[in-house]
Parts: sequence; C-alpha cells; structure tokens
Amino acid sequence: MTSSSLSSSVSHTTLVAHWRRATEEPVWLRRCLIAMALTFLGLFLVLPLIVVLYSAFSQGIDAWQAAITEPDALAAIRLTLLVVAIAVPANLVFGVATAWAVAKFEFRGKSVLISMIDMPFAISPVVVGLIFVVMFGSQGWLGPWLSEHDLKILYAVPGIVIVIVFGTLPFVARELIPLMQQQGKEEEEASLTLGASGWKTFWHVTLPNIKWGLIYGVILCNARAMGEFGAVAVVSGRIRGETNTLPLHIEVLYNEYQFTAAFAVSSLLTGLALVTIAIKSLVEWHDERRQRLAAE
Amino acid sequence: MPILNQPRSVIPGFGLTMGFSLFYLGLIFLIPVAGLLVFTATMSWADFWSAISHPQVVASYKLSFGASLVGATINLVFGMLVAWVLVRYTFPGKRIIDALVDLPFALPTAVAGISLVTLYATTGWVGQYLNLFGIKVAYTQLGVVIALTYIGLPFVVRTVQPVLEDLEAELEEASASLGASRFTTIRRVILPALLPAALTGFALAFARALGEYGSVVFISGNLPYRTEITPLLIVAKIEQFDYHGAAAIGSVMLLAAFLLLLLINGLQWWASRRR
Repeated sequence: MTSSSLSSSVSHTTLVAHWRRATEEPVWLRRCLIAMALTFLGLFLVLPLIVVLYSAFSQGIDAWQAAITEPDALAAIRLTLLVVAIAVPANLVFGVATAWAVAKFEFRGKSVLISMIDMPFAISPVVVGLIFVVMFGSQGWLGPWLSEHDLKILYAVPGIVIVIVFGTLPFVARELIPLMQQQGKEEEEASLTLGASGWKTFWHVTLPNIKWGLIYGVILCNARAMGEFGAVAVVSGRIRGETNTLPLHIEVLYNEYQFTAAFAVSSLLTGLALVTIAIKSLVEWHDERRQRLAAE
Repeated sequence: MPILNQPRSVIPGFGLTMGFSLFYLGLIFLIPVAGLLVFTATMSWADFWSAISHPQVVASYKLSFGASLVGATINLVFGMLVAWVLVRYTFPGKRIIDALVDLPFALPTAVAGISLVTLYATTGWVGQYLNLFGIKVAYTQLGVVIALTYIGLPFVVRTVQPVLEDLEAELEEASASLGASRFTTIRRVILPALLPAALTGFALAFARALGEYGSVVFISGNLPYRTEITPLLIVAKIEQFDYHGAAAIGSVMLLAAFLLLLLINGLQWWASRRR
C-alpha cells in the first residue's frame, strides 16, 4: 500500500487503516519482535562466525597461512579431499537412482524406503562410528578375517570413507525426491514416446530440470562430508598426518592449545559452509523466479 | 504379488534404479546396523543390563535427554519467532539473515564447538559478562544446552516458515472481522495452524541434539556424572576396547533414534493432513 493510494480518499484511508490494525501487529510490537529475533540470531549465528574469523586472523595473515600450509594441515586437507572425492559421487549416484525410482514409479513399500533414507539423519555420528567398529574392529565381526588377510579398514582411509558415506547418505536423495515428485513424469513420457532412449531422456529432459536441486544437494553433501566429526573420530584412530581429516586436525590443534592454528584451519571449513548456504540461497532465488515466470 | 503398483509405464529404469538403491542401502546401512544389533544380542541379559544401567551411564542419559529437551524448547520458541519475523516483516538484511539460519547445518560441528567454547569461556566475549552475574557456561551443563541449541536452530524455523507463507490471509481477516483481537487471532487461528509443523521441527531438533557429539565435547568439559553426554561414553568405551559395553549403549541410542523417527513421521503425516 503506497502513500499516494492511501491519501486518494479519506474514507478509503480510514477503512484501510482500520483493516491494517486488525490483521497486523502495532509498530512497537513489530519492532520488539524483530529485535528479539535478531538478538537471538546474532548471539547464536553471527557471533560464533565472527569469533572463528577474528581468531583465525588475530596473529596476522602470515600466521594464518603458516597454520594451513604446515605438513600436518596439508595432509589433513589432502585426506579430506580424497575421502570426499569418493563419498560424494557415491551418494550422488545413490541419490539420483533413488529419486528416479521414488518419483517416477508407484510401488509397494515406498514410504518405508523414504523413511529408511532418513535414518542416518537421526542416528548419532558416534553410533555410526560404533557400527563400523563392531563390523571391522579387532573384536568385531570381520576383524579376525581382515587381520588374517592383512587388510586395514579401521584406523585407515577405507573406514573413514565408509562412515562418511553412511553419514551423508540422505543429502542428495532428500533434495531430489521432492523436486522430482513435484515435476511429475509428463516431460519424460513425451520424450520417450517421441522415440528418445531412456538415457537420452534422463540427460536431456530430467537432468536440466533437476540441475539446481542436484547442485545444492551435492554441495551440502560435500560440506557435511568434509565436516563430519563424531563418526570419523571413532574410526580414524587420529594418526597425525595419516588419518586426521580437517575436523580432527582442528581438534588436535585445539587440545594442544594452538588456538590460532585451530581457528585458521576452521576458517577454511567456515568459508566452505558460507559458500554452501550462499549457493542454497541462489538455488531458492532461481526457483522463486521460475515459479513467478510460470505464474505470469 | 507385483512390486509395481501401477499400470505399465513407458518410463524405463525401475529395475535398475530400485535395484541399485536397495543394494546400496543394504550394504551401507542395513547390514552394518543389523551387525550392531546382533552383536548386542550376543550379550547376556545381565551384562547388557549392567552396561546400560551403570550410574555413570544413567547420569549421561539424564543430561543428554534433559539438555536436548531444553535446547529443542528454546528452538521451538525462538524458531517460531524467527520464522514469523522472516515471513511477516521486512527489515534491512533480511535475505542474509534468512540464509544464515542454515549455518548450523553447514558448519562442521567441531568448528561450532571450538567457537562456542571460546565465546562462552569466562574470558570470552560473552562469557566474561555472564561471569559478572555469576553465570558459568563453559564446562557446565548450561554449556551443553548452548551447544545443543546451536545445532538444532534451523529445524523449527525451516519447518514453520513454509506453512506460515501458505497461511491464507482470509482466515485472519475473518477472525478479525468477527471481532477477535489480534492476540486472540494469533492464539486461536495462527498458532493451531502452525502447531504440527512446529512440533515436527521440535522433534527434529531434539533428535539431532540427542546424538550430537562434536559441538558438545569442547564446551562440556566432560566431567563424569556431571557434563558427560551419552555419545561421549560410547567413544570412551570404544577407546577402552569395551565393544560390548559400547554396543549396548549404542543400541539404546539407536532405539531412541528409531522411535523419534517414527514420531516425526507421524507428526509430518499430521502436518500434511492439516495443510
């Protein structure tokens, strides 16, 4: 409601003003509520963010650079990238396959399947680690067989990969399932009826439609995979320079009172988190624009 | 009995995608989880019971459950407030604030943990002022609550926001035109419409908090019987190679997670019926 339309007629103005009072809160209350919400968010979201960045650079840019380029930090970065390079594509393929089956077909037990995909969200990261310790540990199910064949899974890279795959299993699937269900299957049916193959239909019809959701799912999966802590802490054995991922390296530095270095390494993962939520906003903005265009 | 519940479709790939999904879920998820449960089942009842009912473990259940409940309640109240403010009002920087709500999802828990303990330590930016009033947060149960509030923050906001956006203005107008005050309209019309979504968010925040480890261990100080959360005891038992003790407590947590998920599914079903 602009001021010019408000001043167009007196009776109209009073009517509108009355209506506004009835379904909106008074200005003082509005300001109060905004202030309370912003104080809460400032305390819980903004301050922790500022403290990471401030502490990371408190000893200058050289100290920051030294902390992220020393050999153990570089080893942690390399290991984290390696693990993510396996875990994220695995969950990407799983997510796309599951979303295709769930969104394009009606089958028995669909809701059970969807609930099962949600389970890793609810399971404690520590319990995820425990599950694989029981599976592969020296007193676990496969431990004796593994040591007999000189295979190392626990306290080595394969164990870290598998707990991260478990922990980040739902992300791509959860992003794609509602998106593909909402888009229906008419476009794919049209493409197939016109003679395109299934793969061609997927690449040229489905993929462009789900592109943005897919990108966000992958980015979020990536951020969570790089940041996974509890499960990795249980299965990695924390061997410095060998089985420490970035979050474990941060823990080691913090426990050794190397606070500036711990925050310097943290600033890398914080940057990644900020990029992740920026991409999410971009995807939502893109969606809103498309829906507005479709509505016009 | 056919698996597919529909007439023949031109869309291919059901066998391939469904087969791969089930194979993957089975290998990564079902078999390992069953492995833990079967491993626990090999224990005698007496061993199992003494592992899960040791006073130190019971103290950790109380802390984990209680602190998660308090954290989720704080998030229920402030999550609804934040969702309300983001949907109904305009103010500078709203888009950025809206985006930042997802930060606890994306920020690694270890980073959250060290930044929270730095803020709330008695020398920290927030902790030094609380200390003036004799309030200690770091290395106390209050610190556990702060960490669990942090990691559960996005849930209620993100479940309530879409419902609030879709809420029809006509309902509020009708209520107002029938003579209800704004407060009555909010209490009798808006809040009941938001309730299923808000409770879903509350349950999600609670479930997430119950299993949380990374952000808590730094700020809690891990004092036995006082600030030890249940996941921490599992880690301690694994480090002592007490696999059975760890598996027993882990199975209890798995059961709790499973029950919570059932509750959340029920709440979501309720929420979708209400919309």
